[in-house]
Amino acid sequence: MLEIKGLRASAGDKEILRGIDLTVNAGEVHAVMGPNGSGKSTLAQVLAGHPAYQVTSGHVLYQGQDLLEMEPEERAQAGMFLAFQYPVEIPGISNAYFLRAAYNEIRKAKGLEEVDSMDFLDLLEEKLRLVEWGPEIMSRAVNSGFSGGEKKRNEILQMAVLDPKLAVLDETDSGLDIDALRIVANGVNALRRPDNAAIVVTHYQRLLNYIVPDRVHVLSAGRIVKSGGKDLALELEARGYEWLEEEVGATT
Amino acid sequence: MTEGFLQDFAAQSSTATVDTPEWLEAMRRAAMERFAVTGFPAARDEEWRFTPVAPIARTSWPPPSGAAEVSRRVLEPFIFGHPEWTTLVFINGIFSEGLTSIGPMAPGVRVGNLAEAVNASWSGVDCHLGRHAPIASSPFTALSTAFMRDGGFVHVPANTVVTRPVHLLFVTTEEAVGAVTHPRNLIVVEPGARASVIESYVTLAPSGTYWTNAVTEVAAGANSWLEHTRIQRESERAYHIGSTHVDQHRDSHYRSFTMAMGGEMARHNLHVRLNDENIETLMYGLYLARGEQVVDNHTAIYHDQPNCRSWEVYKGVLDDRSRAVFNGKVFVKPEAQKTDAKQTNRNLLLSDSAKVNTKPQLEIFADDVKCTHGATVGRLDESALFYARSRGVPAEEAQRLLTYAFAAEVIQEVVLEPVRAELERLVRGRLGTL
Repeated sequence: MLEIKGLRASAGDKEILRGIDLTVNAGEVHAVMGPNGSGKSTLAQVLAGHPAYQVTSGHVLYQGQDLLEMEPEERAQAGMFLAFQYPVEIPGISNAYFLRAAYNEIRKAKGLEEVDSMDFLDLLEEKLRLVEWGPEIMSRAVNSGFSGGEKKRNEILQMAVLDPKLAVLDETDSGLDIDALRIVANGVNALRRPDNAAIVVTHYQRLLNYIVPDRVHVLSAGRIVKSGGKDLALELEARGYEWLEEEVGATT
Repeated sequence: MTEGFLQDFAAQSSTATVDTPEWLEAMRRAAMERFAVTGFPAARDEEWRFTPVAPIARTSWPPPSGAAEVSRRVLEPFIFGHPEWTTLVFINGIFSEGLTSIGPMAPGVRVGNLAEAVNASWSGVDCHLGRHAPIASSPFTALSTAFMRDGGFVHVPANTVVTRPVHLLFVTTEEAVGAVTHPRNLIVVEPGARASVIESYVTLAPSGTYWTNAVTEVAAGANSWLEHTRIQRESERAYHIGSTHVDQHRDSHYRSFTMAMGGEMARHNLHVRLNDENIETLMYGLYLARGEQVVDNHTAIYHDQPNCRSWEVYKGVLDDRSRAVFNGKVFVKPEAQKTDAKQTNRNLLLSDSAKVNTKPQLEIFADDVKCTHGATVGRLDESALFYARSRGVPAEEAQRLLTYAFAAEVIQEVVLEPVRAELERLVRGRLGTL
């Protein structure tokens, strides 16, 4: 599904990712953890093609394609989805209008017919249930005046509708209360299938009680310093990140 | 040219119909005298500094000659809403009874054309016509008063609700290319009454050069409610000067939405006077310009009395080498304590060559007031663009989508859903999106 090799990226003249290697197979959920400033969010944004970051070396293969050569919209059309840490507010257009536009663009790219608003509403109904929302949310402007929790739920709703092959969730759990966390996690779990994959970027182990990962990676100063099974997350929760950074410091 | 209008006025007076009442003749003469003294605004005139009126001033503008045959079918793209709405149609400034449709009305409501209202001395005409739009306010208003011939007349008696909006549709055809029309509207909403009025300025000569000089007067009685929408979609080679003068009384609510997308040079002046306490005034505007278009909005709100609220949001989208002018005046008299006035002008530039001159002008003489203003000129938000692209929307389409969102935000303020839908349709058509 995804193969990252020696990925280095910077913002301006500051190098943030300093050689990332990561392979994600279909059917897997990978957690990427790490302290603030370790490069977790940058990794997520680079995978989605954010123009603020320059990739300086390395390569990323996504379903056999060179991901770094693709425009952000081409990545989305090829089945990638980034759930934003800070979803953007777009006053002036409704949630339904925006999401249908995205849905239809992805269909167009696949050579499929666009759907009209009535058919789209039918499709939405089931996805809304997944995030425990009524239809009212769809007539509100995109993320505009949404609470932090509502914005994150909206990301999960978009993900459910766009049905990606590879979902990258960038700190989707930050700032969520326990109910919102449960709803978000349920949404993600419901979309788990043998033919898709997810990368869950998080600072805290808490989310991983709900979304149980196959692999856990710890990022520090732009590198993956440790990988392991789901127990690694528990160990991090118990011991914090310092011991790892010390361990890495000792070996370099 | 000024002289041309003096000659036309003399000719008009000599052929005046016997029905024209003396008070109106006197008003016309005073207006013509005023224009003869002032002429067109000069470039040094502060009020007209950024408005290129020279192309109007140096051209002679006869009235339209020859009758235009217009079928109902060609007007279909300009008519919207419900079939029971009243739509008054004016072709080249003249009322067309055949194309007009009058819907069901509450008892006592008078809706018709101004010429008829004057001739038949309908209630409300003599005490309001020319009383709200002073000829001293601009040479163009003076010309309107001197030459006004027809337009919409709406009179809603006290405590009466007009549930279906009234649409005043002004159509310019090929026969009026090279000519001027002076549409003149009078809207009187008596105390406790409610209504919605739409003015549209459209053309069947989309590449024609002509000039529309429109004036609308609004009298909003105590505790009245009026939604007033103005849609200007003239030929992009035409000139359009419009002035709307509103007088509001105690406890009244007036909300205006001004959409401007046509005209090589188009200007709209909106003057609202708050004559008493506890008045609410909402002024929304949207302008879209491209090519070499110049679009100008001058608004003035007169807070003459205490405890009133005015809220103004004008937004503009400018492409190519187009230019926008926004001037927002807020006058707060010493006695107008507890005034709450907010003004916002936001501009989105789609090209490096587009320009905006924006100027808030607050003159506040009371000390216990809340008055704010803000103006922005900018580009599309990069983070929003990336957000849309990350959802699969191609870059160009994402730009159109976000441009549409920028414009549509202010359209949400229109209360009547079919009007909102029509405005959204016009913006989408212009932006070529979805």
